[in-house]
Amino acid sequence: MSILSKSIALAAGAIVAAASLIVPAQAEDGAGQQLYPLFTYRTGPYAPSFIPFGAGNIDYLRYVNEVEGGVNGVKILIQECETAYTIERGIECYERYKDGYNGALTAAIYPHSSGLDVALTDKARIDKVSIVSPGGGQNIATDGRVFPYQYPLIFDYWSEAQIIVDYIAQQAGGYDKLKGVKIATLYHDSGYGRDTIEPLGILAKKYGFEDIQIPVPHPGEQQQAQWQQIRRAGADWVFLRGWGVMTPVAIKTAARVGFPVDHIIGDIWSGSEDDARPAGAAAKGYLAVSVFPPGTDYGILKTLKENVLDKGKSDLKDNSKFGTVYYNYGVIEAITFVEALRTGQKKFGNKPLNAEEGQWALENLNIGQNRIKELGAEGLISPLKTSIDNHKGETIAAKIIQWNGESWDTKTDWIKADSTLFADVIKEKAAAYAAEKGITPREAASN
Amino acid sequence: MTTIQDDILATGPAASIPSGSTLLRIAVIVAGLAIAFGVVPAIATDYWLSSIIIPTIVMGLAGISLNLLQGYAGLVSLGSAAFMSVGVFSAYNLILRVPGLPLPVVLLLAGLITAAVGIFFGLPALRIKGFYLGASTLGAQFFFQWLFTNYPWFSNESQSLTISAPRLVVFGYDLQSPVGRYLLVATVTALLIGLAFLVVKSRLGREWMAIRDMETAASVLGIRVARRKLQAYAVSSFFLGITGVLWGFAYLGTADAYTYNLDKSFQVLFIVLIGGTATIFGNFLGAAFIVLTPILLDHLVLAANVAYLSDQGAITNLQRVIFGVIIIFILIKEPDGLSAWIRRGVEALQTRFRS
Repeated sequence: MSILSKSIALAAGAIVAAASLIVPAQAEDGAGQQLYPLFTYRTGPYAPSFIPFGAGNIDYLRYVNEVEGGVNGVKILIQECETAYTIERGIECYERYKDGYNGALTAAIYPHSSGLDVALTDKARIDKVSIVSPGGGQNIATDGRVFPYQYPLIFDYWSEAQIIVDYIAQQAGGYDKLKGVKIATLYHDSGYGRDTIEPLGILAKKYGFEDIQIPVPHPGEQQQAQWQQIRRAGADWVFLRGWGVMTPVAIKTAARVGFPVDHIIGDIWSGSEDDARPAGAAAKGYLAVSVFPPGTDYGILKTLKENVLDKGKSDLKDNSKFGTVYYNYGVIEAITFVEALRTGQKKFGNKPLNAEEGQWALENLNIGQNRIKELGAEGLISPLKTSIDNHKGETIAAKIIQWNGESWDTKTDWIKADSTLFADVIKEKAAAYAAEKGITPREAASN
Repeated sequence: MTTIQDDILATGPAASIPSGSTLLRIAVIVAGLAIAFGVVPAIATDYWLSSIIIPTIVMGLAGISLNLLQGYAGLVSLGSAAFMSVGVFSAYNLILRVPGLPLPVVLLLAGLITAAVGIFFGLPALRIKGFYLGASTLGAQFFFQWLFTNYPWFSNESQSLTISAPRLVVFGYDLQSPVGRYLLVATVTALLIGLAFLVVKSRLGREWMAIRDMETAASVLGIRVARRKLQAYAVSSFFLGITGVLWGFAYLGTADAYTYNLDKSFQVLFIVLIGGTATIFGNFLGAAFIVLTPILLDHLVLAANVAYLSDQGAITNLQRVIFGVIIIFILIKEPDGLSAWIRRGVEALQTRFRS
């Protein structure tokens, strides 16, 4: 009994101490700063991709804060919140930071998880907070009339499917040469993996290539049967939509059945160093789609190396990750955030933006070629222009990169996606969603 | 086990003759309801409601569901999350395909569908026991994950296989706001707690405990063991189905097959272990522990501002280690769960007042 009461007293003491610690922290003033709630997953199965990704984000924002003195004088306050890539923890983080933190305002939230992006759809609409998912958002949310607060910025899997077909057509010598070509899609059997089935069906009908769809169950450590099937079908190209361990296993199994590795094109989540390197020699010549081109030769990367990395201020523990796909992804994402702030400040003045102003800024984002040059991001990002009609960006594009056994080489310039091609299908789906949810779509010209 | 004695004592003479203890009980219930429906919605912020109170209550309810099966009937299940997913997918499809069905009816039907599924997966319990039974309920876990991933019909052909919560409307009231969702969760939970008490104190509940404590003796006494076991699966699954709907619709706002994975089943199991087996309210202690401790640790790190002293990743991992240590500590110090603490505390107070 005495031990019991002691431990209860101890626990109570700890809680009181915790509470008293929290109170003075609340008093710390964030007024005049712009909050950037950084949703992390430094733990859990996907931590290896987050660590360089988060570092890219943090390093760029530190550079803006410390070297440029903030965004037009407004400092960015980074607050990390660990989600472990679970939706539950993510919702807690969202609720914690949606209204700002100690006076620092929230302009937008980057959930860093497709699942969380979907989970926040209704909440964001009620709270009027923008949810931004570069490269991993819901394609349907391209239609900003129905989804004012969702931004699948920069890229989506439908455009990816189209870019793959475009590249294959280039290799074949034109779209008219696609007739009879066999393109097999080997996909992770999940919502993410299935997302290219529909657009490839549409493209196959349009160009006359043969569309073969082959699922791989999660996590994808066994693919012998699938690759035999690809061989038997006589596929010319394989579009590999892997995730995690599935990608290196696919490359190795392809080598075993004798499928040429330079005719396998990985998806954007199959195109990092950590996807190719584990496959060893078999990966040499492997292709991938990239919206986050790796490399350290870009102006902004050099600036970061000089001002952040070399000064020991980087969030990276392992500097060899500098300039990798995921690191550069983080830098690109942070650039979209800072540029959105600049856009908003032009209209609302040089001060931190609130959620409503952030929403306007994201919807009127325009990172043109000149601005990209100023940023030192030529070749790193392609022009990005959003509107109510297009929350993804009107001129999105990707490059094809190739693994040389050590690192990635850039094989093509930006291949632009045709934003009109699937526009009707997306509008149709968004309209169906609006009907199901009882939402009245905004007019495209309302602001 | 002291808990059984408590349960039997509670259904003894004290329950039928109004006494001081009964009045006290009524007072506690009234006070609880007043706090749940009056005080909490009035003072809690959106943050507290949406990310702390709602998940704690729903997970507590999941704990009750499993406790009915495991704590009272002594049957094992590692498939709690699978039954939750059956509930949420049933409810989604009912709303989608039977327009105009009111939400309370949807909840009830989803519970009944899950109960039917639970009976099916409970059938092995008639033949096998313990560890083997655990493995068979694990089958439910994998089966439903496979079913909901491979048949997009269940998610209305959604490309991402994710279902999105419908608009929550009850008798014309929109429950979309945090307070609305809280009231929905609190009401359903209050009703289910009442039902759980009725079941546990009834003949059914007592026969479950008899089977749990000694199956042979129970069957000699004329208890129809097989039927009672299947009923345990049915009741537990009914509760889990409704819990699953609340988790998806009132808390997450979305659901897919992976939302209700094996991790979630283990979480429910931990809630039962930490809260205490064969209790009702103990489950809420367990749920609060599971939901709140990681958040509290996170806030502590934030408040202490040690983030810049060390690597963020290491701190996050350290939080998990601390969380694990606390669980082990509790289970060693108090194998009967947190509810045993509270019960002993109350007993100690009572003896002090009597003397």
